[in-house]
Amino acid sequence: MKKTYKIEVDCANCANKMEDAARQTAGVKDCTVDFMTLKMIVSFEDGADIKATMQQVLANCKKVEDDCEIFF
Amino acid sequence: MTKKQKKMLIRILASAAMLIILQLIPTVFFRNAFGTFGRWVRLALYVAVYYVIGGDILKKAWKGIRNHQVFDECFLMVVATLGALALAIYQDGAAMEGDYLESIAVMLFYQIGEWFQSYAVGKSRRNISELMDIRPDYANVERDGVLEKVDPDEVEVGTLIVVQPGEKVPIDGVVEEGTSTLNTAALTGESIPRDVTVGEEIISGCINLSGVLKVRTQKEFGESTVSKILDLVENASSRKSKSENFIARFARVYTPAVCYAALALAVLPPVVSLILGSPGAWGKWIYRALTFLVMSCPCALVISIPLSFFAGIGGASREGILVKGSNYLETLSDVTTVVFDKTGTLTRGVFEVTGIHHNSLEEEKVLEYTALAESASSHPISKSLQAAYGKPLDRSRVSDIQEISGEGVTARVDGVSVAAGNRKLMQRLGVEYRDCHCSGTIIHVALDGQYAGHIVISDILKPTSKHAMEELRRSGVTRTVMLTGDIDAVARQIASELGIDTVYSELLPGDKVGKVEELLALKKRGKLAFVGDGINDAPVLSRADIGIAMGAMGSDAAIEAADIVLMDDDPEKIAKAIRISRKCLGIVYQNIVFAIGIKVICLLLGALGVANMWFAIFADVGVMVLAVLNAIRALFVQKL
Repeated sequence: MKKTYKIEVDCANCANKMEDAARQTAGVKDCTVDFMTLKMIVSFEDGADIKATMQQVLANCKKVEDDCEIFF
Repeated sequence: MTKKQKKMLIRILASAAMLIILQLIPTVFFRNAFGTFGRWVRLALYVAVYYVIGGDILKKAWKGIRNHQVFDECFLMVVATLGALALAIYQDGAAMEGDYLESIAVMLFYQIGEWFQSYAVGKSRRNISELMDIRPDYANVERDGVLEKVDPDEVEVGTLIVVQPGEKVPIDGVVEEGTSTLNTAALTGESIPRDVTVGEEIISGCINLSGVLKVRTQKEFGESTVSKILDLVENASSRKSKSENFIARFARVYTPAVCYAALALAVLPPVVSLILGSPGAWGKWIYRALTFLVMSCPCALVISIPLSFFAGIGGASREGILVKGSNYLETLSDVTTVVFDKTGTLTRGVFEVTGIHHNSLEEEKVLEYTALAESASSHPISKSLQAAYGKPLDRSRVSDIQEISGEGVTARVDGVSVAAGNRKLMQRLGVEYRDCHCSGTIIHVALDGQYAGHIVISDILKPTSKHAMEELRRSGVTRTVMLTGDIDAVARQIASELGIDTVYSELLPGDKVGKVEELLALKKRGKLAFVGDGINDAPVLSRADIGIAMGAMGSDAAIEAADIVLMDDDPEKIAKAIRISRKCLGIVYQNIVFAIGIKVICLLLGALGVANMWFAIFADVGVMVLAVLNAIRALFVQKL
C-alpha cells in the first residue's frame, strides 16, 4: 500500500529529518520526502491502519521539525 | 511571496533598520541620559532587536529542547548568538565597549539566508511547475448554438468540441472544421508550430495559435495524451539519486560532528594551557567554539542538490524529455552504451512507397491502378499505397475485388484487370515477374495478365537518425547497438547507413532481453541505455540500466516501463538528454565540492581564530546563495 501526501516544510534538511522520522514510525515500511515537489510518499506495512499511522507520522515529524504539515 | 515570507521580510527590514539606528547612537548618549543605568538600557534595546529578528528561532529552539532534538539548527543558532551576547555583556564595562552588534547581526544574516532560500526555492518550484503545466481547465462544447465551458472529464467520445485561438486542446481528436497552427512545445519541445487542417488528428496539450478548430473527440479525457503525460509527471517515482542520499547522510553526521568539535574547542585548549601553567583564555576559545556553531547548519548543502535535479528535470521536460526521477538523470549521465530497437525508434515505423521499378507504364499510373485495386483493404500496406497516390480514390471505378489471403488482391479497374500481390500471386497467375534487390515489401503488379513492374514499400529512417548517432558519439557514447527482428540484409544496410557499431538481427521479441543482458555483462564501465517503443520492448526497457521510450509512437506499456520518455520520438533527443544529465550532475558535484569545501575551510579558519563570527555567517549564507543560483543554472538547457 503506497500513498502520496502533500506536505509543507520550509527547509531541505527538515524534509530529510521528516523522512527519517516517518520511516521510524510503526506501520510505515518506507517513506520518501520530495522537498522540491513537497510530497511525502509513504508505503505502509500490510494491515496497518493508515489513518492512525499517518497521525503518528505527523506527530513524529512535528517532534523533529515543529514547523511542518502533512495533509491527509 | 507567501504570507510567511512577507512577514519575515518585514521583520528582517525592521530589525536591520533598528540595528543601524542603535549603532549610530553614540554610547555617550546613554551615559548622559541614564547615568549608570546607561549600559543596561543599551543592552535592553539590543536584546529587543534580537527578539524581533530571532523570536521564532528562540521558540523553535525551546521546542527542540523539549523534544530532545539537541542538534536542531535553531537550538545551535540560539546557543551561538546568546553565547556571543553573553561574552559581550561580560566584556561590557563602564566604557560600554561591549560589541552586541555581532550576535544580532549573525542572527539577522542567518534569517536573511533562510528567507532567500525559501524565496528562491518557492520561486523555482512555481516556475518549473508552470513549465510542466499542460493541464487544460475546460473544453468548449457547442450546445444549441452556444459555447459552453465544461470539465474535460465530462466530455464523451465523439463529441464536437471547439478550440479557440490561445486555448489548449483539451482532448485528443480529429479536426472536422477549420485550419490553424498548433504550438506543441509543451509536449514535444519542438518550437516550430505545426499546421493542421481538416481530417488531421491532433493531440491534447497543444496550444491552438491562429484559427478556430472544431474537433471530434476520439478519446476520453482520462485516456488522452495530456492525461497520460500528467500522470507520468505527477507519479514519477521519487526515488532519490545517490548524490541526494549522500548529502542527506552527510548532513546527519555533519551537525553533531561540528557541535562536538565546538565543545572540544571550548574546553580542551584552555584546560591544556592551564595545565601548562599559562592563563586559560576561556573567552577566546569559547568565542571560537561559538563561531563553529554558526557554521553547523547544513542547509546550504542540502538544499542545492535536490534543487539542481529538480531544475534539470524541469529543463529537460521543456525540451520534450520526461525524466521520471533524479536517480535516472544520474544514471543517464553515465551512459556509454546505447542499444536501439529499429522499428519505430530509428525508423518511422510507418510504411511508405520507396520505389517503383521495372514499370511498363509511368509510375503514377501503376500506383493509381494498384491503389484502386487495394482501396477496399485497411491493411497498412494499402494505406501506404493510398498515401503515395495522394489523390482521393473513386471507388466506383473498381469492381470485382477479390482478396486472396497471403497473396494479394485482384480487381477490375476501369475495365482493366489488375493483380497486385507477392510472387506467389504472380506464379499462380502465370505472370513472369522480376525480383527486386531492395529490402522491404515488394508488390508485383500485373495489368491484363502483363507484368507492369513492382512497388517497393519499406519502413523509412527518421530524418534525424543519422545525425543522432553522430551527436551520441560527440556526447561520449562509445558503443551503439541495434536490435531488430528484421532480416539480416536490411538490418546491416541500415546500420552501415547510420554508422551503428553492432547489429543483432532476426531476433524474436524474447531474444532482445537476452541480448541486452549479454551486453550488460560484457561492458566494463558506464551504463547501458535501451531505446524502444513497442509493447514487446517493455521487459527490455526495465532490464536495461536506463530505459528510454518513444512517447508519441510508443505503447503505454513501453512508456510505463521506461525511465525516460521522449515526447516527439526524435532520436536526436537521446544525445540531448545525456548532455542535460551531464550538465545537471556537473552542477551537483560543483555544489557538493564547493559547499563542503568552503565549510571545511571556514571551520579551520575559525578554529585558528582567523575567521570571526561575521566571517562565518557571511561564508555560510554566501555559499548557500551561490549554490542555489548555481543549481538553477540546470534549468537552462536549450543550447546544449
